[in-house]
Amino acid sequence: MPDSAPPLKPALIELAAVTKVYGSGEAAMQALRGIDLRIEAGDFVAVMGPSGSGKSTCLNILGCLDTPSAGSYRFEGVEVGALTRDQRAELRRHYLGFVFQGFNLLNRTSALENVELPLLYRGVPVAERHRLARRALDAVGLSGWEGHTPGELSGGQQQRVAIARAIVTEPDVLFADEPTGNLDTARSKEIMELLTVFNREQGITIVMVTHEADMAAYARRIVRFVDGQVDSDLRAGEST
Amino acid sequence: MLWNALLLALREIRRNVLRSFLTILGIVIGVAAVIVMVTLGGGATAQVTEQISSLGTNLLMVRPGQRMAFGQMSAAKQFDMADVEAIERHISSVLAVAPASSSPITAVYGNRNWSTSVNGVDNRYFPVRNWSLAKGREFTDSELRAGSSVCILGETVRRELFGSQDSLGAKLRLKKLSCEVIGVLESKGQSTMGSDQDDLVLMPLRAFQRRIAGNRDIGLIQVSVRDGVSTEQVKQKIEEHLRIRRHIAANEDDDFQVLDMKEIAQMLAGTTQVLTALLSAVAAVSLLVGGIGIMNIMLVSVTERTREIGIRLAIGALEREVLLQFLVEAVVLSSFGGLIGIALALGASVLLADLMQIPFVFNPGIVVLAFMFSAAVGVIFGYFPARKAARLDPIEALRHE
Repeated sequence: MPDSAPPLKPALIELAAVTKVYGSGEAAMQALRGIDLRIEAGDFVAVMGPSGSGKSTCLNILGCLDTPSAGSYRFEGVEVGALTRDQRAELRRHYLGFVFQGFNLLNRTSALENVELPLLYRGVPVAERHRLARRALDAVGLSGWEGHTPGELSGGQQQRVAIARAIVTEPDVLFADEPTGNLDTARSKEIMELLTVFNREQGITIVMVTHEADMAAYARRIVRFVDGQVDSDLRAGEST
Repeated sequence: MLWNALLLALREIRRNVLRSFLTILGIVIGVAAVIVMVTLGGGATAQVTEQISSLGTNLLMVRPGQRMAFGQMSAAKQFDMADVEAIERHISSVLAVAPASSSPITAVYGNRNWSTSVNGVDNRYFPVRNWSLAKGREFTDSELRAGSSVCILGETVRRELFGSQDSLGAKLRLKKLSCEVIGVLESKGQSTMGSDQDDLVLMPLRAFQRRIAGNRDIGLIQVSVRDGVSTEQVKQKIEEHLRIRRHIAANEDDDFQVLDMKEIAQMLAGTTQVLTALLSAVAAVSLLVGGIGIMNIMLVSVTERTREIGIRLAIGALEREVLLQFLVEAVVLSSFGGLIGIALALGASVLLADLMQIPFVFNPGIVVLAFMFSAAVGVIFGYFPARKAARLDPIEALRHE
């Protein structure tokens, strides 16, 4: 969605009083304690916070991998909590992309096939699949590496394959969970620059969980979580 | 989607060739065993039927005594020539009636001897038994009337006593009787019951009665029935007639037995079929065990590939798509097993049929059935692991190491 959406239109992502409780009774663990969050299309949001602050739980809910215990999550105006498991899968398939800390590529499967995977579930014909996957690999600077399996690629390269896989479907939102967590500083910078490019040039909204301030600095907006609540929410340039 | 699942399955199988092969071994053996059993069983049945018809299916055998336990007969008055003539005269639609009497004996020629049985018969024996001579001649009327010391040998007796020597005209000794060989029967081979049909010596009935048995008894009356006449009806008529002749009261059981070869043929074929079915059922159990093997490996595979399933689910695979992927894999595996089993079974059947000297009867029905069954095993035993995979929680699955 373009940045100039009319103001009456709902935000891309709207969380209202979202809570998440794991377990029940005395063992219950409250991971999220009432999150209100709006993310507009085209934004680049970094979610920060100490371990156990609920930032990953929140990302899983935003990514429709998990559902809130209470509260409302609207994605493009659609109440996600009311969707079935398969409907959420369809939503992920068509609108969302994921990049994980551990890359999560299929082993013993070529880079090209890894990138083609989401297209396969969309039912894109084989020739088109090859074309789009090659283009995505090219966009992350991996042309010529199509036939290599994850085992034959460096960590930085694997993460770039994962990014190519996430953006090959041209998603509305890309969710990144500690994308640079397993990489050294130089590789991390490359990955962040790549994400920035996709955000600026293709208008892909990015929501990234990180605990590294250096990486969060690439984002336009930083949301800080403490104990399952939003502690601070700052746009780039603002100061605490 | 199905095509993609098929390609995925093939790639996954290629990735673990050895494990895949071991997985399907159970199916291979099960399918092969079922097909081999049914094929050989079919061959054996065909052989039984053929042998019985070579014996003459329109043959009735009348023997004194009643069958008690297996192979034992109760003692009863033997038949005599008057019974034979009575059957010949009073029962219509009878083609020929051949009396016979036999006893075990040791045949001696030179320094060789052979335990066999000697049968007193007349020339009606040959058409009734559908048997002809390989060499020599049948008995002459005068030999039959006079009870001359001549004999016709079965192929086994000839081979054991004479080997490569010429037997015609030779004199062999049966008890104290010296007996000239005038002919050799054609070889009939083993009977369905496993006894050697060629292990016998024939001599004129009168000679046998006078010089071997020392009585005028007849132990067996063989009756051949005209074509197109129900053997069942003739059997009933003979039974009624003999009951009168032997003065059997209405409340008494028969003290003789009329065996219908057609009935025996059906009974034997039935027995073979029952045996085949039984063996096939045992073989089918191994198919089932093979299916459990597939389920086991598929469950291991689901655990091993939990992370992969998590990735697929996160990317947007639907439950049914993951289910299909694993189900197709199981079905492809078991179908492969089925195909290999079929190939193995056909090879083994041809070989074993040759070894057991029974005809190879190809049964396309059982081949198709076995294949369908193996595919069905894949569906049934693949479903549970596939469902387990499809219902995984994507977040948990992604965290799985």
